[in-house]
Amino acid sequence: MDVGLFAQYVMNGLMLGMMYALVAVGFTLFFGVLDIIKFSHGDVLTVGAFVALATFAGLHAAGFNSQLLDLVIMLAVATLAMAALGMLIARYLVMPLRSAPALNTLLITLMLGTVLREAVRLFYPQGANPKPFPALLPQNSIDLGSLNLRLDNALMLAAGAAVIVGLQYLLNRTKLGLAIRAVAQDEETARTMGVNFTAIVLVTFAIGSGLAAFAGVMNGLYYNEINFGIGLYLGVIGFSAAIIGGLGSIYGAILGGFLFAGLQTVGTVLLPFASAYKDVFAFAVVIAIMAWRPTGLIQEKISERV
Amino acid sequence: MAGDAKTSRAAVWPGIIALAIAAGYLIALLAVEKQSLIIALLAVGIIVVIAAAWFGLLDGVSHAFSDHEDALGGFAILALLAVGAFFHEDHFVLLLVTTVLLYSVATLGLNIQFGYAGVLNFAGASFFGIGAYTSAVLNAHTALPHLIVLLIGGLLAALIGSLLLLPVLRTRGHYAAVVTIAFALLFKTFLEVNDVLGGPQGMQVKGMTILGWSFNDNIEIGGISLSFYMNYFMISLLLLIGAFVVVRRLERSWIGLNLDALRLDETAASCFGLDVVRWKITAFLIGNFLIGVAGAMFGMVGSFVAPNNYTFADSLILVSILLLGGIGNPWGLIVATFIVVVVPEKLQTIQEYRFLLYALLVIGVLLFRPEGLLPRPVRRYFPGWQP
Repeated sequence: MDVGLFAQYVMNGLMLGMMYALVAVGFTLFFGVLDIIKFSHGDVLTVGAFVALATFAGLHAAGFNSQLLDLVIMLAVATLAMAALGMLIARYLVMPLRSAPALNTLLITLMLGTVLREAVRLFYPQGANPKPFPALLPQNSIDLGSLNLRLDNALMLAAGAAVIVGLQYLLNRTKLGLAIRAVAQDEETARTMGVNFTAIVLVTFAIGSGLAAFAGVMNGLYYNEINFGIGLYLGVIGFSAAIIGGLGSIYGAILGGFLFAGLQTVGTVLLPFASAYKDVFAFAVVIAIMAWRPTGLIQEKISERV
Repeated sequence: MAGDAKTSRAAVWPGIIALAIAAGYLIALLAVEKQSLIIALLAVGIIVVIAAAWFGLLDGVSHAFSDHEDALGGFAILALLAVGAFFHEDHFVLLLVTTVLLYSVATLGLNIQFGYAGVLNFAGASFFGIGAYTSAVLNAHTALPHLIVLLIGGLLAALIGSLLLLPVLRTRGHYAAVVTIAFALLFKTFLEVNDVLGGPQGMQVKGMTILGWSFNDNIEIGGISLSFYMNYFMISLLLLIGAFVVVRRLERSWIGLNLDALRLDETAASCFGLDVVRWKITAFLIGNFLIGVAGAMFGMVGSFVAPNNYTFADSLILVSILLLGGIGNPWGLIVATFIVVVVPEKLQTIQEYRFLLYALLVIGVLLFRPEGLLPRPVRRYFPGWQP
């Protein structure tokens, strides 16, 4: 294999990894503050991508034609809308079930995911078909030998990295981040120290869902197409990525996202039949990872209290 | 409750009346074609049930069912036969009722996993699909007797399910859920990209034949002609009765007791010497076997299999049935299956929206009545025993 092709694969893997990492971080954040898995997370991503698409259509109809401005506005609308949606979900579906068995939370978020997915399929104009996503980033590419570096991919990677660095800063350097980490570590103690638990949970859900919307737009820009099923796919993979890294750890989630993308890319390259079976392979990897390391590579230190 | 065991037993007639009303209502609902009438009928049904519950009439019914289960089981079979006899010429209705019967078998299997052992399985439709594809392939390429094909369908579903055993056993709760979700997605994508099994178009399934008696021919008995679906209706009814008895016996036996203990507190159960892994495997395999048998039968009934019938959304429909009926209550499951399968078929306007509606319905149930429409009663160790 020549260097150019190899670099191309690396680039694809990085793009995938960035998306997976953004989704996985959401799972980890939710698990941190409430100890729950929100299965509708992937479908929030779908809704985010479709909100962005609708915003674009609206802007286009209104006569906006600056690509950069379009992109910024649709990203902002999608992120804010999904942040609000995330807060609503946390407030009205997840928090009321805190004392119920864990199965109920699992089922309610799973069903909510179905509601979101089906709502997109049924109520977005022709939502059942894949929709073309506008290419809003500069399409030029730089040829470095045999490597064809697409500028839009590079920009997306940079933006994703910036978001993750920003999240790191928020969590580790601000008072809000301190509160989130406090709640994640020990809810009771955090409460006694004057942390507004409900507010922190809602903010965390807003942040996670906003990240999902960002990943959704990124997914649309990368593939130039979105459909109502992307969220389910990215959700399951993002969840596995979060588990590989060990749930509750932000670094773990990011690591897990890239690791999973790496595995997937290697699998596609090495297995000749893999291109058709790409998704089958990805889900088989998910199952295999769960069998191999059910609690992640970076094990959570827990013992069961009886 | 005072008195000896004999006098403390509840009367059986409320159960019989309830079954008769249910059968009559079902016949009316299935016979009516006009959409406005169907909506009116559904509204009446909902109001009557709520009113009956409000005036405490349903207590008598549930007592009758818990005290005279075998007798009322017989009456339930009679009621179903009456429904079948009423529509003996109607292909569509018989197919619909047969579908309900087979879905009930599948949800009974799921019930062993979810309801008793607490092993999550969000790939129910996939195992159903494994059964259906088994009958498609075996009926086309081999001359195996079709009853054995049903058995193989079940065994294959259990066997492929056992590939998931390791991850399912090593994980719990949410993690196990993801394993089965991943399997559901994998299964559907696999069917779509695979050429041998017909790809996205699916394949035809040959109808059932037992000892030279072809199920796909209409029946003539003494001048009365019966739809060929009558064959399938009868055999599916037998399957359901068999599955129901097995599940009920299992629940009442010490195996069921072990499974309950396991679900309620795994750690405590293993402290008392229960082999957690063994019972989880048992429940998972028996459940998948039942789902697979139902699927194999369903393949032959529908005479067609395609990946789109076995998606993750269909698996969630099966789980919705479980939750609506009340996890762990086989009677509730059958009622819920009728509601979930029949209503969208009759009410064409909501057919497209059924995944959305059932997901919303389940969210409502979880928020306001988490134990389901017909909650599982407290286990009774002896007949007539009051907890």
